[in-house]
Amino acid sequence: MTFAGWLTLFLFVGLLTALALPFGSYMAAVYTGERTILDPLFGGPERWLYKILRVNPEHGQDWKAYAKSLIIFSLAGWLMLYFILRTQTLWDFTGLNPMHFHSAPWNVTFNTTSSFLTNTNWQYYGGETTMSYFSQMAGLTVQNWLSAGVGIVVAVALIRGIIGRSGRSIGNFWQDMIRTILYVLAPLSVLTAIVLVFQGSIQNFSSYLTAHTLSGLTQSIAMGPVASQEAIKMIGTNGGGFFNVNSAHPFENPTAFTNFFEMLIVLLIPAALVFMYGKMSGNRRQGYSIYTTMMIMFLGACIVAYIAEAHGSPAQHAAGLHTGVIPGSTGGNMEGKEQRSGIAGSAIFDVVTTVTSCGAVNSAIESFTGIGGAVPFANLSASEVIFGGVGTGLYSILEYVLLAVFLGGLMVGRTPEYLGKKIEAREIKLVSLGILITPLTALFCTALATASSAGRASISSAAATGPQGFSETFYAYLSQANNNGSAFAGYGGFVQPNAGNVGSHGITFADLLGGFDMLFARYAPILFALGIAGALAGKRVSPAGLGTMRTDNGTFVVLLIGVIVLVGALTFFPALLLGPVVQGLTGHLY
Amino acid sequence: MKRDVITSAIGIVVLTLLLGIVYPLFITGVSQVAFPGNANGQQIYLHGKLVGSKIIGQSFEYQVGNKLTPTKGPLLRPDLKYFQTRPSATGEPYVAGGTPDNAAGTTFSNLGPNSKATEVAIAANIAAYIALDKAPNGTPYYPGGLTQGRVPVDAADSSASGIDPQISVANADIQAYRVAAVRGLPLAKVDSLISTYTSARGLGFSGESGVDVLELNLALDRLTGGS
Repeated sequence: MTFAGWLTLFLFVGLLTALALPFGSYMAAVYTGERTILDPLFGGPERWLYKILRVNPEHGQDWKAYAKSLIIFSLAGWLMLYFILRTQTLWDFTGLNPMHFHSAPWNVTFNTTSSFLTNTNWQYYGGETTMSYFSQMAGLTVQNWLSAGVGIVVAVALIRGIIGRSGRSIGNFWQDMIRTILYVLAPLSVLTAIVLVFQGSIQNFSSYLTAHTLSGLTQSIAMGPVASQEAIKMIGTNGGGFFNVNSAHPFENPTAFTNFFEMLIVLLIPAALVFMYGKMSGNRRQGYSIYTTMMIMFLGACIVAYIAEAHGSPAQHAAGLHTGVIPGSTGGNMEGKEQRSGIAGSAIFDVVTTVTSCGAVNSAIESFTGIGGAVPFANLSASEVIFGGVGTGLYSILEYVLLAVFLGGLMVGRTPEYLGKKIEAREIKLVSLGILITPLTALFCTALATASSAGRASISSAAATGPQGFSETFYAYLSQANNNGSAFAGYGGFVQPNAGNVGSHGITFADLLGGFDMLFARYAPILFALGIAGALAGKRVSPAGLGTMRTDNGTFVVLLIGVIVLVGALTFFPALLLGPVVQGLTGHLY
Repeated sequence: MKRDVITSAIGIVVLTLLLGIVYPLFITGVSQVAFPGNANGQQIYLHGKLVGSKIIGQSFEYQVGNKLTPTKGPLLRPDLKYFQTRPSATGEPYVAGGTPDNAAGTTFSNLGPNSKATEVAIAANIAAYIALDKAPNGTPYYPGGLTQGRVPVDAADSSASGIDPQISVANADIQAYRVAAVRGLPLAKVDSLISTYTSARGLGFSGESGVDVLELNLALDRLTGGS
């Protein structure tokens, strides 16, 4: 461990908070229809889009209408993406398939389509050996935007339900989507993409380069429109890499500075949404208490991961490697890590992208130490509420807030209330379902994949013996259920004997089970969240009295952390013990 | 219902055009005008031939004979006059002629922390690194000789991308003894080149400093002539 490593962590937290506060206020203005600084720029395009989409933005929707629009729009997106990916060679006339890649088979495409639609961005394929530039742009990049937008608008709708003072409307889905794309995602994406190119990311349409190396070999170098996709991949907590190795690739994450910058933009919207919630609810302290809860858990995860990775792995020590700090090297577990990112930059990046549903990686999680690898497991087990995905994190933690309020109410024997609204049986049923559906899906799929030989076919040969194989499987379905998309990447769903996909085939079991895992664990919780919004929207607000439990102080933060840890631990502890915990506790090699 | 279907159908087409075509083209236009070098991958040319990208690691090995080994493609040996990059998990023979550091088929090693396979791979990398340090007459270049415990972690652990363009300063300092001897250069000269091509931490704290290997090797060739 080094001073610079710890400094990175604390400067990161400070800078993130400083940026998220004003951005949260700006987002509150976007969703309450106040004038924003970008109105002169985007007001025209916004009205134009309403016109050609035949949308009346003034028309408020109740939760069922809102959900219906969302589901139908998602279905249209799924069909469009599947079509583009499966007809890859049809678009060769655009010149955007210089390497003449064929489409991936139907089962892999089913998985990939479901993956990008649900903001998961789980990838069984390698970008530079499978996808044409056209598929990356017109297919995958588009869903990077839209899936992020869907997550955000659900959070906004739930907030409207919680704070709503009149009627049943929770907003208009189309208006929320369009305003999210134009006013939130677009300015950030353009700025980020340009910063990335300035630092060394590439953005071109040329065919792959052939270099003649100094020592007389040839090297093929993949090209493409990388920066534009990388930007929205990070901002929208998507995480699907342009290249197979994701943000470890120098063209996606070129410098030690971009490593820090990318971490910041991943957490910017999730953090800002929390402050936005405080502002919209009329009591900023509501936002601060949630932010504090998230930040405490985030810091804990970073500290554990950094210490574990700096310590090094049993395999390194068995091979005789010294993993301490020496002049000119910070030591630690550098297997599957890049020099410019280093130990601290890899450990924190990993926590940033697994507390959110981003799932981008700048290092190989499978090669993390047992405890270092248990951290992303724990983050996923907490159901992505520590900041979480754009929108998904906020609506999920609000469900935990309601649960905590309910439990607190039971403890003191009063009717639980949140922001003046009574929390009753219907809401708590929906909250419980919303919270439990993701873990249940993940565990069900893991069990199915572990118990069947079709499932075990996906385990990498190096991990076939010992707990690593179980870790791979468990992580795969946990990550897909939480719509994260990071992987213990040895787990396979696509056998690709060569670049360009001739003779390749998908592992149908893993592709389909993973696809259903992602779709179900995305849309069921969205429906529950919108249902809660609908249930709360019509409720009368009673003024806070002496007996009202406060939700904006330290006591509540402790209660909330307790509830999150308890639910996560009770659901996942047995499974976690079998994989990463065993590995973290032993120096034994399998 | 019908209204939603119509709006969704129009919406997905219009948004695909805007976000999937217009947005990437706009970014490409801006990038190609403002930062054409970066946008095209910081290509380095030597005598009219492309030798690589400034930020993509390449292998400094040469091919021995035309025979293919059973697993790894052609037999490759490190070119001792060059600083060597980190171990790479790429290099399957089917992509791009069997070169390690394959920048058109990147991959992790995915070797687990408690895996025997990991120990074996790391031990092999350590042995190869120590072998680099042996002069033809058997004496080590590094004063006192290299031992397992002295090998920097980045020289024994494979990189994430498989095309890490950098090595740690400790790694470069050790290899400097060999490169200086093979090229007949004073060690101080090589060391000063290392500091010239060391990139600092981002903003002074983020990530780690590292030595840009391709640029360093090019500078050495300019000094003493390449192959």
